[in-house]
Amino acid sequence: MKQKFALIATSTLVALSASIGILPGWAGPADAPSSVKGSVKFEGTAPKSSRIDMSQDPLCAKAHPTPATTEEFVVGMEGGLANVVVYISDGLTSHNFQPPQQPAVLEQKGCQYKPHVLALEANQKLNIVNSDETTHNIHPNPNNNREWNMTQPHGMALEQTFAREEIAIPVKCNVHPWMKGFIAVFKHPYFAVTDKNGSFELKDLPPGTYTITAWQEKLGSQTQNVTVGAGEAKPLDFTFKQ
Amino acid sequence: MRMKLKWAGTALMLVSMLWSAPGSAQESHVGKLSGNVKRGKALYERYCIFCHGPNGDGRGESAPYLDPKPRDFTKAVFKCRSTPSGSLPLDSDLYDTISRGIHASGMPSWKPLLRQERVDLVAYIKTFSSAFQEEKPAAPVEIPPEPPSTPESIQRGAELFQKMNCWTCHGKDGRGYGPSAATLTDSKGYPIAPFDFTSGSRFKCGETDRDMFRDLVTGLDGTPMPSFGSAMDADQRWDVVHYIRSLNGHKTHAELKIEPVAH
Repeated sequence: MKQKFALIATSTLVALSASIGILPGWAGPADAPSSVKGSVKFEGTAPKSSRIDMSQDPLCAKAHPTPATTEEFVVGMEGGLANVVVYISDGLTSHNFQPPQQPAVLEQKGCQYKPHVLALEANQKLNIVNSDETTHNIHPNPNNNREWNMTQPHGMALEQTFAREEIAIPVKCNVHPWMKGFIAVFKHPYFAVTDKNGSFELKDLPPGTYTITAWQEKLGSQTQNVTVGAGEAKPLDFTFKQ
Repeated sequence: MRMKLKWAGTALMLVSMLWSAPGSAQESHVGKLSGNVKRGKALYERYCIFCHGPNGDGRGESAPYLDPKPRDFTKAVFKCRSTPSGSLPLDSDLYDTISRGIHASGMPSWKPLLRQERVDLVAYIKTFSSAFQEEKPAAPVEIPPEPPSTPESIQRGAELFQKMNCWTCHGKDGRGYGPSAATLTDSKGYPIAPFDFTSGSRFKCGETDRDMFRDLVTGLDGTPMPSFGSAMDADQRWDVVHYIRSLNGHKTHAELKIEPVAH
């Protein structure tokens, strides 16, 4: 009996804390949060990833028993396209969002960026981690934010922020020219990056009509309009062709 | 009546103070001199417009013939600063660049202009980007006194040159032929060559050891040269400065009594 009570209490607490955590900047009390969920597919034959020659830095090369490959097109099972940024590009009525306390993390591992495409909010802290033994320099080349370029040996802490929305900022390491990634910066919390199966979910949306954009680094952008009712989980799929 | 006039005068002064406030970010101050945008514009159109262009975007008539390309002031990204990477430069940084010129580029020294005129130019250059109104430059980086250059310091510098991966661009012997050198571009996508430390050529952002130390902290924004502000402490940065100095003059490692560092 006691155990059962404890279970109920814990689950209520979890549910409560979750519901508090998932309402960033939006306070519509009567409406249950909605979501848009789906996947991004690639139709046709995707360009093959090419091998990366890391031999100029043995500390990079030794991290890859089988050679690393480029990440411009990562197509998974059933044509799911990874590393696509899906986000609300129009239709939000509220524009007051506080960046989350939780920092985003960009890791340099095996002389590649993990994740290859990162999305975060404007002024959200970005923790940059160098897990490699070698020294990297991390160099974003933005259009709408300040450009900086920092050397980071193994173990050095580095924290940065981006002040303005920008989709997406190319990031590179000048020392290791094959290292390329992207950072997408949003002024709202309604964005996602597709996983290895191409799946994404935009959670906790206020009900409304939105333009939703899917952006891929080589294939560009696509948009669709959706209307999401209160508490509705709207399905939405994108297909890129080449 | 006189009282009324006095009030009117005070009100007028207040209004004019408020009026001038938004424009204050576009002024420039170097030492005791304050720059004037209008005078700066006239000077710019006489001396700078041919390369940097009427819109300050670096696309003047002569720009296609220049390498490196003239600075695009609309981006507000500057190589030679006393402020950390990502920060706007100080007025005095822009003034120093105008005065010194940029060696091995089309940018000459403008010391023939009066100091006041150079400060006026700084005021006008800042009007090309809204960044100077939206943001403030960070505090300039600290440059502690330089310890003496000793063989030990040079040796430590040589090891840091390897560990910090300076060699991947500047080359193991500092001649600018590292394995990544051929891939480098500036932030506009134009090819850019790493500095050849053996050439004895002048550095872009100043010639002294203190200038080199500062370059290591700030990095050269808009180029592949990163900041080593947090990557090395001050003593280590001085070691690297001493090592780089030792490369000047075509001396071999043997002549300098430096043991080659195995990689």
